[in-house]
Amino acid sequence: MAEKGTWTVKKGLAEMLKGGVIMDVTTPEQARIAEEAGACAVMALERVPADIRAAGGVARMADPEVILRIMDAVTIPVMAKVRIGHFVEAQILEELGVDYIDESEVLTPADEHHHIDKHKFKVPFVCGARNLGEALRRIAEGAAMIRTKGEPGTGNVVEAVRHMRMMMAEIRRVQNMPREELMALAKEMGAPYELLLQVAEQGRLPVVNFAAGGIATPADAALMMQLGADGIFVGSGIFKSKNPAARARAIVAATTHYNDPKVLAEVSRNLGEAMPGLEIATIAPEQRMQERGW
Amino acid sequence: MLIGVLALQGAFREHQEMLASLGVESRQVRKPEQLEGIDGLIIPGGESTTMGKLLQDYHLFEPIRQMALQGMPVFGTCAGLILLAREITGSSQPRLGLMDITVARNAFGRQVESFEVDLSVPVLGEEPLRAVFIRAPYIVSTGPEVEVLARYGDKIVLARQGRFIGCAFHPELTDDTRLHRLFLEQCGLKKAD
Repeated sequence: MAEKGTWTVKKGLAEMLKGGVIMDVTTPEQARIAEEAGACAVMALERVPADIRAAGGVARMADPEVILRIMDAVTIPVMAKVRIGHFVEAQILEELGVDYIDESEVLTPADEHHHIDKHKFKVPFVCGARNLGEALRRIAEGAAMIRTKGEPGTGNVVEAVRHMRMMMAEIRRVQNMPREELMALAKEMGAPYELLLQVAEQGRLPVVNFAAGGIATPADAALMMQLGADGIFVGSGIFKSKNPAARARAIVAATTHYNDPKVLAEVSRNLGEAMPGLEIATIAPEQRMQERGW
Repeated sequence: MLIGVLALQGAFREHQEMLASLGVESRQVRKPEQLEGIDGLIIPGGESTTMGKLLQDYHLFEPIRQMALQGMPVFGTCAGLILLAREITGSSQPRLGLMDITVARNAFGRQVESFEVDLSVPVLGEEPLRAVFIRAPYIVSTGPEVEVLARYGDKIVLARQGRFIGCAFHPELTDDTRLHRLFLEQCGLKKAD
């Protein structure tokens, strides 16, 4: 008997995306540019995070029409975002047949206490996290893939670096800890003990861990890969830059050849202007998307 | 023995872990010079369009094709199967074209249709193989030199042509090493009893 929507199958698609770049797109044309540049998947949106940030107000799931047109335009997997806790938006996306759902802090949260019970769905979910405890809570809820939150729509990689370093440092700490100290740490982190134990034994998260939030250049992508990311999400960084096709291709190459400065130097040349960046200190704390999620 | 694992994108780590569990050394291949001295090549699952693009940009197609034609065994899983095929239904994407087969991409549907199943693979013995299909392709038709090793329903999902093996699913996502051992025998590893 064939079994659909199993944990192996959900986690497995994320394994297939490793070493690749997932790009935010808002139109079928952008989706085709992304695919042509070598994206391993696209995220279908109405607006990229930089525009969501600029527009303010409540940001919701994209119009299904936008998502369906993008699904028709490309053969690579298509992801789409729902608001934190908005399980009906997720039901709609599953019905549309999207390949992955991002329960995302980029949109305005629909629930201030609870995330979606992601085990209930056949479609896999990716969630953002800033540290190990947050990542393991999301995995316990059924997320089959994790990404750093970073600070979306800023073109500033500093927060993604902070989150990836934090996660990696905590994994190393857990690995070197005597077993009897794990329970107290689980309590302190708010992480399920069984998952923490798994991290201690394997020395990595139980699911794939991508970098996201503020990545704008090939060097940013390679930096995140060298810090231990399994792959890269680029939100506003491509289609808010002067030459999206060239930049997209360069970021794909930099993600594959992240340990090869010769390739990185070559692909970083002549890309035109990157997206305008935002200094994190200029964003009021209540405007920071990374603070969303519990 | 040294096996190259194409590491442009996708599940190359899982293949390397499986080879390590069999005591076989492996090397990640991202550039032509990393092909030197390998006894066989594995092309993992991932996005075949992404890999095709990077194979082209980093000049890997010709050296791999040349080495394969001179006798190097190649094992492709999922995206790797697509890259091994001579024909891809409705697509002109770049490929190695080493096997005389036609494949259809995403042929079982989108991710919500992805599945796992116990698959009968007579060449591996009576015990069925747990096969994980993720947005998987299948083989639509095969040429005379191609040996069909497994079907799911009426669809061909595993085939061999001489020293090339192509499979639509992901043996690297399970603990069953039999398919990897079959490939390693092609590469010259003695059969373990």
